[in-house]
Amino acid sequence: MSASTIAGFVGAGLVGLGLYALIVNTEPLKKLLAFNVIGNGVFLVFGIVARRGAVGAFPFDPVPQAMVITGIVVAFAASAFAVALMLRLAEESGSVSFDPEGGMGVDQGDEDA
Amino acid sequence: MILFEALDLGLAALVLGVATWTIAARRVFGAVVGYVAYGLLLAIVWVRLYAPDVALTEAAIGGGVTGVLLISASTRLGRLPAVDAPPGAALKFGAAVISALVASVLAAAVIYLPDPAPSLAPEADAHLSATGLGNAVTAVLIAYRSFDTMLEKVVLVLAVAGVWSVAPDRFWGGAPAPLGRAVPDAALVFLARILAPVGAVIGVQMFWVGADEPGGAFQGGAILAAMWMLVMMARLTDPPRISSRWLRLGLIAGPAVFLLLGLAGPVMAGSFFAFPEGFAKPVILFIEAFMVLSIAVTLPLLVLGPPNGEAGR
Amino acid sequence: MTAADATTQGGALLVFAILLPAAGILASLALGGRAAERVALGSAPIALVIALAVLVEVWRAGRPVVYVIAGLSPPLGIALRADGISTVFLLTSALIVPAAGLFARAGFATPPGAEDSRKAFAFWIMLQAISAALAIIFVSGDLFNLYVALELLTFAAVPLACVEGRAETFAAALRYLLFALFGSIFYLLGAALLYGAFGTLDIALLAERMRPLPAVTAAAALMTAGLLAKTALFPLHLWLPPAHANAPAPASAVLSGLVVKGSFFLTVRLWFYVLPALPAFGFDALLGALGSGAVVFGSVLALRQPRLKLLIAYSTIAQIGYLFLIFPLGSGLHAWTSDGWNGGLMQVLAHAFAKAAMFLAAGLLYESLGHDRIAKFSGAARVMPLTFLTLGLGGLSLMGLPPSGGFAAKWLLLRASVASGQWLWAIVVLLGGLLAAGYVYRILAPALSSDPVALKAPPRRAGEAIALTLALVAVALGFAPDSFFQLLNIGRPPLATAGLP
Repeated sequence: MSASTIAGFVGAGLVGLGLYALIVNTEPLKKLLAFNVIGNGVFLVFGIVARRGAVGAFPFDPVPQAMVITGIVVAFAASAFAVALMLRLAEESGSVSFDPEGGMGVDQGDEDA
Repeated sequence: MILFEALDLGLAALVLGVATWTIAARRVFGAVVGYVAYGLLLAIVWVRLYAPDVALTEAAIGGGVTGVLLISASTRLGRLPAVDAPPGAALKFGAAVISALVASVLAAAVIYLPDPAPSLAPEADAHLSATGLGNAVTAVLIAYRSFDTMLEKVVLVLAVAGVWSVAPDRFWGGAPAPLGRAVPDAALVFLARILAPVGAVIGVQMFWVGADEPGGAFQGGAILAAMWMLVMMARLTDPPRISSRWLRLGLIAGPAVFLLLGLAGPVMAGSFFAFPEGFAKPVILFIEAFMVLSIAVTLPLLVLGPPNGEAGR
Repeated sequence: MTAADATTQGGALLVFAILLPAAGILASLALGGRAAERVALGSAPIALVIALAVLVEVWRAGRPVVYVIAGLSPPLGIALRADGISTVFLLTSALIVPAAGLFARAGFATPPGAEDSRKAFAFWIMLQAISAALAIIFVSGDLFNLYVALELLTFAAVPLACVEGRAETFAAALRYLLFALFGSIFYLLGAALLYGAFGTLDIALLAERMRPLPAVTAAAALMTAGLLAKTALFPLHLWLPPAHANAPAPASAVLSGLVVKGSFFLTVRLWFYVLPALPAFGFDALLGALGSGAVVFGSVLALRQPRLKLLIAYSTIAQIGYLFLIFPLGSGLHAWTSDGWNGGLMQVLAHAFAKAAMFLAAGLLYESLGHDRIAKFSGAARVMPLTFLTLGLGGLSLMGLPPSGGFAAKWLLLRASVASGQWLWAIVVLLGGLLAAGYVYRILAPALSSDPVALKAPPRRAGEAIALTLALVAVALGFAPDSFFQLLNIGRPPLATAGLP
């Protein structure tokens, strides 16, 4: 088993673990961590694709590696934005829950009627 | 090589183990610390996959900067009570089934990828001399798929705008809350004073060298970003006000220069985002320099978050 | 579309279509909220001209317009390709975005004396970002480029959904963000597998090299699952009602009218352009089934909503279900697939305009009445006739009654399902129309009574005009000539075997 096959299994495992955590965890910060774990799994799949693209004198295929670098940066930006939302939600409602006061559209209709 | 195989298997087990711990940890802070450790392990995996540029990026951004972000988030959120009901057994079972299914499908897909694998490495190498670069990954990022990279920089800038936009109205225009404690540890201050200038030089060096060897704008920019964050944590400087004109210019400098030079492509070389023959490398380095500036400004701003506390302009 | 695509005449327009709003984002960020409004509204006419120019060029040439970036062809480089559906969607975006922008001037202008305000900064930048992201989605020919576009779209749509700054909006936005991120990462995973299998992510090259492999089936499933989450197809629809209902009216108009259509467009690209040489394993029937579920489920829930904005949001979930009938009805080499294709796309366009119009009208109602509780609309139609006319015309399209784009779409879908013997879809279309009639009646009936009603403020004439115009476009689509459908078919791949018996 070459390094890239092992890494491929690790990638698959990370995606599975992350998906489980994403569905099961209720705290948004833990969901964010789970999303990051899935992301790393996806990048590893790109990584093994890059390594398998070794041809002749070239030890890797640079295109998937460039895509991973882009992906890592974008994933970080997503995490930062998610954190900002969570912190703001915590300030506004005192806790971080997806359903403050039962969520699916709090009754706003009677404000000024 | 048996030794390497054992090493790889051990590394794989470690990565999966730490990931499991990250997910299973009860307290969010523990999970986040696990995540940082696992990020660093991943960087080693990338080295084993012959991807030094990715390893640098993962260590700097995936492990380092994301770690700072998540740790500061978990500190502030960790004190809050958990509100939602814990998941029931049915949900856990269903989630386990779906996750196992996805993981196995993915593993099967990976094993049965075609052999020999299709690769763009030879073609990438063939065009390398036209760009004057030695690092194929940098060439892909800035020359072959420059459109992608430019748009990705716009995405980063947009993320900063998004982070700022969740601020309360009354704080708009002010500065984000400072990182770290009000009275920083003397050791931290000392470290910042010594390390920051050195780190800045290393960051610039990493960007410069990235044209021909592992490194580049993202990695160099991440190191500069880390140095700025270090200096802010040591309270040697304050977070900037978001209304600052210089800050905003620094943010957009990278994508703006990239976009403008891309638009000038037809004049320079016959097509948008093309580089002139024989003069490509200086243009590429010029663009990358501004990208480094923007990344160094963007990453800390994303970690600092929205303005918080200072009222008005 | 062949792999040896070279830049065609007018290709540069595609680059401008993307770079104009992208430059606008950067300029707006540097200059602040007041300038951002001017940049956003000022660049809108130019974007419209570009979209029209692209449409003229594609129609004139009868084939897609192509631009190869940096002169470096795929697989190493990136190509932009605008075919018939790209141009029509580009034009739709170029019409709805400025309409929402003009509507929003009242609520999101920078206060006098200030150079910058949070709401103005956020709204005008995010609006341009949506414009840019959609432009890339409609014309890019590279799957990784499209991933970057999807992320751009998410980072623009989520702040727009929570621009009001209340606790419920943040909760809704956070849920939206997590679903959207799940969607993008699974899309990216599929793209990784496709690259591993074929060594390229260019859509035309992938179509050429496509053959059945485990990696391809896995990629198709993963990417589709991700895109379905972003399109809020039942059962992954949970995030949409609170996000769209809690956003301000012009934001909801863009979110329901355009943003969810972006990921749907990509699903169509994936299934009809990249994957058609693949045996389908019944995926298309599955998509049709989920769509049917969405139609029934969304319509029933819409019937039960006490608030107008939530009703309209659930109606979006139902109408999105119709879109997915394009998969069982539009694929394969049969006599009816043209009808299925045309019907599905017409439904996208009609819904975009009708829904945008209805959300703007709901916004006007909220401003004038101070609430959006349907039960308390009694008599409102007498004092706000234009607003209710807009709701009525939009509802006409949603119900699928003539004359309207919605009717044209449903007629085509019905014809296709009858001709193909897939009677189930016909039943779904008819049932959905009936349910839609139910909730449209719910909105209009109390308003048409002659009870007295107190207005907080008279409705804004400009706002009413904009909303009504959008609704009239939805109706006008019902009169689309044959040449319109010919345009929709330019560049459509001839080989589409998914669903062959």
